[in-house]
Amino acid sequence: MPGYNDAFKDIPGTTVFDATQSRLGYHLNMFCMSLMKAENRAAFKADERGYLAQFPMSDAQRQAVLDRDYNRMIALGGNIYFLAKIGATDGHSFQNLAAKMTGMSEEAYRSMMIAGGRPAQGHRSRSDPSR
Amino acid sequence: MATIVGAVTSSHVPAIGRALEKGLQQDPYWQPFFAGYPPAQRWIAQAKPDVAVVFYQDHGLNFFLDAMPTFAVGAAAEYRNADEGWGIPTVAPFRGDPALSWHVIETLVADEFDVTTCQRMLVDHALTLPMALLWPGGGAWPVRIVPITMNHVQHPLPSPRRAYRLGQSVGRALASWPGDERIVVLGTGGLSHQLDGRRAGFINKPFDLMCMDALVDEPEKLTRYSALDLVREAGAQGTELMAWIAARAALPGRVRKVHAHYHVPVSNTAAGLMVFEPESAVLARAA
Repeated sequence: MPGYNDAFKDIPGTTVFDATQSRLGYHLNMFCMSLMKAENRAAFKADERGYLAQFPMSDAQRQAVLDRDYNRMIALGGNIYFLAKIGATDGHSFQNLAAKMTGMSEEAYRSMMIAGGRPAQGHRSRSDPSR
Repeated sequence: MATIVGAVTSSHVPAIGRALEKGLQQDPYWQPFFAGYPPAQRWIAQAKPDVAVVFYQDHGLNFFLDAMPTFAVGAAAEYRNADEGWGIPTVAPFRGDPALSWHVIETLVADEFDVTTCQRMLVDHALTLPMALLWPGGGAWPVRIVPITMNHVQHPLPSPRRAYRLGQSVGRALASWPGDERIVVLGTGGLSHQLDGRRAGFINKPFDLMCMDALVDEPEKLTRYSALDLVREAGAQGTELMAWIAARAALPGRVRKVHAHYHVPVSNTAAGLMVFEPESAVLARAA
């Protein structure tokens, strides 16, 4: 039986946060949510490995956080709204994180947005790149 | 009877909070965005609402993955904002209107919307930033609020059709409220944007403009889209459009477009703003 996410797989460069991702990423996202408290942000910055060890995450998830590899965190169940709290703890904006995920420099990404963003044409469908 | 004075739909990008904090309204990057708001502020000042019913999406401040309601309605006497962990300042608490909230809840459940009811609820940037844009100047908020959240974080999401019907049901609740309040309906979020993955930065201006156009005279047209369609056409986070659909659906009968503004970009997002007035309100003023 096709899963919920299968319908979305034709959309390029997109991971829809569905039940599979939510189950996979629950504790990674719990860690992110802990960063809503200033004292936790300070504790994380003081000892990232030690802080991450408190959460029952996979080693791969912990490593992706340490590496600030946001695409990997998304693949391992992270949700961008929660992952952005890591970015904010580092002093980075949503735009900075988005640039990282696309592989562009922040300046190039910002310029793309000012020029109107990534166009829909050609970014709707993997199977039909002309759409 | 209560008067529904109209609806306002607005984007709620967190970066707006930082721009407000730093007073960047005249900054070259921000000016084209903020320039859209004075007409909406003037309309609000003339419409003099007592209550704002706000459709929005909580991004993890009040609801997290441990318990994620599809639709939740606030029924508290007061709502506070709190640190969301991304460095935007918190705002003054909002007064609630528990009696009206429960009337909305009773109507929704009678209409077979099995909503979560919240007598304690934090409100995040998706509520606070549009409020700050529409009622600038700080200090105590001049309106009471009824917050209504829609799951936008974890799929499966409700459909645009469900959002439309939710809005209609809330509209029936407001129209049948025996108080003499003046009520404005807000819908926040959108428009097209994608924050994550290799497709981040996705903007679909033709789709956004089509939606803004359809919301005026044929909002039902948007109910033919699925959540999947919205992810494809408006970006992974463009599904926030559903709050606009709900707010528009809450207005009775035909509407007049009072104001519309659209600007790309605010951070990663296409920012939209619309003000709608029921034709009945226009006729009442003329009489």
